[in-house]
Amino acid sequence: MSRPVPEEEYGKRVSGAFKLWMRGVRDPYLGNVEVSPETAGEEDETLLKGYQEETDRMIQRIHDIENNRRYRLFQKFYRAAAAICCLTLVVMLLITVAYLPPVGNADNPAHNEVAAKYIEDGLQDTGAVNIVTGMILDYRAFDTFGESNVLFIATCTVLILMRNDKKEGKGSAEEEERLDSFYEPKDDRILQTVAMILVPFIILFGIYVILNGHLSPGGGFSGGAIIGSALILYLNAFGFEKTERFFTAKTYKIISFSALSFYCIAKSYSFYTGAHHLESGIPLGTPGSILSSGLILPLNICVGLVVACTMYAFFALFRKGGF
Amino acid sequence: MDFIQNVPFFSIMISMFSGIVSSVLSEKWAKRLNLAVILAVSIMSGALLVYICETGIGSYTFMMGHFPAPWGNEIRAGALEAGTAMFFSIVMLLSMTGGRKKLFDEVEYSKHNIYYILVDMMLSSLLALIYTNDLFTAYVFVEINTIAACGLIMIRQNGRTIEAAVRYMIMSLLGSGLLLMGICMLYDLTGHLLMSNIQESMAGIMASGTYRIPMLVTVGIMTIGLAIKSALFPCHAWLPDAYGYSTVSSAAMLSALVSKGYIFLLIKIFYRVIGRDIIYSSHIIHILFIFGLCGMIFGSFSAIWESDVRRMIAFSSVAQIGYIYMGFGLGTQEGMVASVYHILVHAATKSLLFISAIGLTDVSGGSRSFFELNGSAYRNKVAGVGFAVGSLSMVGIPIFSGFVSKLLFAKAAVINPTWKMFPTVIVLAISTILNAIYFLKTVIRIYTPEKQSMVEEKGFYSIRWDKQKLYTVTIILFVILNLILGMCSQPIIHLIETGLANFA
Repeated sequence: MSRPVPEEEYGKRVSGAFKLWMRGVRDPYLGNVEVSPETAGEEDETLLKGYQEETDRMIQRIHDIENNRRYRLFQKFYRAAAAICCLTLVVMLLITVAYLPPVGNADNPAHNEVAAKYIEDGLQDTGAVNIVTGMILDYRAFDTFGESNVLFIATCTVLILMRNDKKEGKGSAEEEERLDSFYEPKDDRILQTVAMILVPFIILFGIYVILNGHLSPGGGFSGGAIIGSALILYLNAFGFEKTERFFTAKTYKIISFSALSFYCIAKSYSFYTGAHHLESGIPLGTPGSILSSGLILPLNICVGLVVACTMYAFFALFRKGGF
Repeated sequence: MDFIQNVPFFSIMISMFSGIVSSVLSEKWAKRLNLAVILAVSIMSGALLVYICETGIGSYTFMMGHFPAPWGNEIRAGALEAGTAMFFSIVMLLSMTGGRKKLFDEVEYSKHNIYYILVDMMLSSLLALIYTNDLFTAYVFVEINTIAACGLIMIRQNGRTIEAAVRYMIMSLLGSGLLLMGICMLYDLTGHLLMSNIQESMAGIMASGTYRIPMLVTVGIMTIGLAIKSALFPCHAWLPDAYGYSTVSSAAMLSALVSKGYIFLLIKIFYRVIGRDIIYSSHIIHILFIFGLCGMIFGSFSAIWESDVRRMIAFSSVAQIGYIYMGFGLGTQEGMVASVYHILVHAATKSLLFISAIGLTDVSGGSRSFFELNGSAYRNKVAGVGFAVGSLSMVGIPIFSGFVSKLLFAKAAVINPTWKMFPTVIVLAISTILNAIYFLKTVIRIYTPEKQSMVEEKGFYSIRWDKQKLYTVTIILFVILNLILGMCSQPIIHLIETGLANFA
């Protein structure tokens, strides 16, 4: 029913007048009211400058560490407090050492039946000529299992921190590695020749240390570290293209998985039979020969593999962020 | 030996083995394996608990290997150990399910299976800390626990978490170092690493009066080491960042379980290594008492000043850890029972708070600022209920769990009146009021409706329970756990008392 009404006519009607009044255009009593649009406020230069200065001062007060008196005071206090804490601890521990049993005294509490049994019966119980290996891999194998898991989980945390999952393009592992080693000499003949000669011997020596862990000083941890250093030397001399032909992330996964699982299963079996006083059925062999002392030799090999892989993985992750 | 007595050994080994296996599994299977292992451990520990209670054997030792205790390793289980193992694995299970969906936003997908490895390893180390009867084994597993916790903090990779992880590592290694030094000196003085043998030698040393000073220092540094690792008041600087910025499951597990594992080890050292009477007559517990009281007050003040919700909850942990150490400091059996009960209460409640807080912040545009949370409990009703229950429990409203432990603390202080009675009761009252200020302030804010126009302008969305079924079930189970701890406290307290009696 509605039809458009011209502006002029609409203004004279009641509704139109009301609307104009509401808008503030025309007042019924005063007539037309002149409405001036609000102008932007005058920019007061000095006021603005004041605001700016205040902001600058605040930022300076917070971020200008050099000239911040309270911060420097805090720093001094912090250093002094740290020094005092450390000194107190050092002095306290030194005084305590003075009260401890003297070294080498035959009556020391540490010289008791535990150490005596390790020394007297160690060879008979574990079959290992090296008593230390017998202790860590047979008497107290649970602790050593925990210790090899420490290595495993340390690799996991380094993987979280360093592994670069980007495969291609800018920021990928390959690219970063190329940028990092830009100024390094490539294909260094001296290094390569020395590595060619040394690496086989180092690896052989590492294998020797691992395999003789139950006969002479050494074992999985030290032998594994030696093999790991050989791998790192080879990597430094020949670069990732050569090493990745035989050692990749997949190899690492498979080796560490199978070594640790073997360790876990073998030791679980041994713990279970031990706790239930069952015969484990693992022969101890003749003490002194390579194939002797029951589970110690395979466990040493497992630990050695885990340690070697871990060493190499750490290096590769720090160098390239993947391998 | 009954077959069920193998449970401690099985649960440590399967959780460790699952961690190793997860390294070659895909994310999906690692997740399933993790879930299955935690579930299996909780069921087995529950069965062991029932067995121990029914047969009344108190506690028994389990030989780890072919050689008996002072030469080989040994673990020991009793009612308290089995109960704690069951409770910890239940809380861990709920923490994992509660933060599962959020994990996809927080962690790169390719690193998910490392996350599950860390969780498996953490479970195994907690179980080993609970069951071990050998100090050096305890140290090895403290190491695993520390590294796993660092990994869990920094797996969400941004600047804040890396910084938090570095802080956590430094403080935690200081604690581990002190603990290791303490163990070395203890070995030098007693010649043993097995807990029960150390206690025998210790009683002899204390009776004859030789080596009394080094013994005091040893006990002191071991206590301080573990106190640093569990964030007792002056050493809590690492805590708010570590809990506040890590992934939600990590935060729940770190606050509920990791610090509690160290506290459990400390109880073990007090009861089984040093001997209850020796530690209760020494001055070390007075120091724990005073720092515990300070923690109760200052932790709450820091929480009141904090405007970031998750950091606020983290600071509240400092106050609750203060309660636990205050209970140790009372130096009575009742105080210890109250502390152990508070360990359970805090584990159940703090993980609930972290998990429900993430639901609230998610529907508030991901902002963790306290002021943005207006009306978020209407947008995510389940999380709102969970947060309200957790808050009421922490404040100590009857029928919720926090009330019982506060009652136990007050009772323990009054029942043996010493000079510690008045400080305990007064600080308990003040701390309760402070707790009420910051928790109820948040509860009121999340239940204050936000204007519809504001909600639209900021793009906040609502989420119904049927869109987040797993989360809802988790919150409901947490609330039930809280109500059980709050309303059926008597049998649990009885269990703790008998467990502590068989502990030494």
